[in-house]
Amino acid sequence: MESNGRDAFRILHELDSLRAAKADIDSRISALEAELHHATLQNGVVPNGSSPVISTAIDSLLSDHHDHNLTPEMIHRYSRHLLLPSFGVQAQSNLLNSSVLVVGAGGLGSPALLYLAACGVGRLGIVDHDVVELNNMHRQIIHTEAFIGRPKVKSAAAACRSVNSTVQIVEHQEALRTSNALEIFSKYDVIVDATDNAPSRYMISDCCVVLGKPLVSGAALGLEGQLTVYNYNGGPCYRCLFPTPPPTTACQRCADSGVLGVVPGIIGCLQALEAIKIASVVGEPLSGRMLLFDALAARIRIVKIRGRSSECEVCGEKSTFTQQQFREFDYEKFTQSPLSPSPLKLNLLQADSRISSKAYHDRVANGEAHVLVDVRPAHHFKIVSLPKSLNIPLPSLEARLPEISSALKEEEERKGAGSDLSAQLYVICRRGNDSQRAVQSLHKMGFTSARDIVGGLESWAQDVDPNFPTY
Amino acid sequence: MQLTLEFGGGLELLCESVKVHNVNVDLQNGAEKLNMKDLLCWVRTNLIKERPEMFMKGDSVRPGVLVLVNDCDWELSGQLDTTLEEKDVVVFISTLHGG
Repeated sequence: MESNGRDAFRILHELDSLRAAKADIDSRISALEAELHHATLQNGVVPNGSSPVISTAIDSLLSDHHDHNLTPEMIHRYSRHLLLPSFGVQAQSNLLNSSVLVVGAGGLGSPALLYLAACGVGRLGIVDHDVVELNNMHRQIIHTEAFIGRPKVKSAAAACRSVNSTVQIVEHQEALRTSNALEIFSKYDVIVDATDNAPSRYMISDCCVVLGKPLVSGAALGLEGQLTVYNYNGGPCYRCLFPTPPPTTACQRCADSGVLGVVPGIIGCLQALEAIKIASVVGEPLSGRMLLFDALAARIRIVKIRGRSSECEVCGEKSTFTQQQFREFDYEKFTQSPLSPSPLKLNLLQADSRISSKAYHDRVANGEAHVLVDVRPAHHFKIVSLPKSLNIPLPSLEARLPEISSALKEEEERKGAGSDLSAQLYVICRRGNDSQRAVQSLHKMGFTSARDIVGGLESWAQDVDPNFPTY
Repeated sequence: MQLTLEFGGGLELLCESVKVHNVNVDLQNGAEKLNMKDLLCWVRTNLIKERPEMFMKGDSVRPGVLVLVNDCDWELSGQLDTTLEEKDVVVFISTLHGG
């Protein structure tokens, strides 16, 4: 009995000292993990187009010591991921150790950010310089009405944190430029392009090539969407596909052409999926292939696209495109379009061929004989129009001149046959660009007194009738 | 030669907003094959109703247009020299920038 008691004491003593040693080792491991993670993030430049991802290195180093490093809370939160045989602990751990940057918190970025926050990406960055507006809400579902007028980054970050408070959300409340892109991108493993203009797309792709980051690129307009992964594992970059920028007239904006809200939503969800696959190192990312989505036809088509071009000016074999060249590259000049698209403001006409919305309002109030031609497309005219305006869309103006002539004549007769004052001709559109183009054509076709209303219906809403709807 | 031609990404606006065109393209007299260069000329003459410069530049498509022959980038099949066959599907799609 006595010897048994001594054995038990010896065993207990040895267990205690082993446990103490284990605790020491565990704490040393945690410290080294943190140090390694920090170090790899700091020198985060991985070779050109290399696939993932810093975190895999960490995990494989640690796998000898731990089955995984998920806390009980993480296991509970991400249990449905862990239950997937093809995802499981390893992929979730990779995800938790990865970082993703989403450029643009708009129609694409909204669902992408929500899913990336929810799924447990370790660090999630958001770049945007814009503020939330009412006409964003139909598609930019990350924002709520309470944030109208406030920065999209703040709104998106608040939403992400409310979905998953354990994810580190980083707010980059600034416009992406060549001066800050390298510094921002270098802190992330995967970049998601959720922007809305051509110069940003070239800039983001070039920056990813220079830093060797995979790029998940999505776009949506009207009822169509497109998705692909660039600069992944030796695959093509944006410039391999589009070495020459398109003409500016081919770059339509949602604010002009419209977009069905759910369409960027679908593409944004797919962007989150591709980013998750790359960050967690599962599946086959959509590299060398492009997904084309046609919402009206209910069709998704996945096509094979060219590989990396050896001739590519940025990622090709002979390319010498450096970080310095990137910093100095003028993307606005290259694409002939601004990085922060704002509505075009043409000035085509002499001052005496133009009239302000206020002055026009005064003339109407004084009963002046006149005809108002609205040159917007018919579906715009259906949204809202000024009383008694005549809708002749700009492309059909020439063919429908007789309608203008007879309207002027009718107006003169109505105002009194004896009057020698001829009826005035005014032209209006949404913002005052097409109306100037129309007046130019009208002058050439003999309507020399035609005038446009400066600033169009937007100025009418701003200066004359604050209750007039804008769109 | 029976072909299916599809326009997307806004290019359909140049062909009266019709996206899918099932067409019959005759070979030029003497010619044995139809290639993409011939087809582009045919499309420009027969399908493009406005602003042809939004579809073509020189003898090829304008920058920003992807051409897919049977769901495959025409860069992989010889671009303008790609030979077409009966019932091929050719897609012209303009790259989108919106979001």
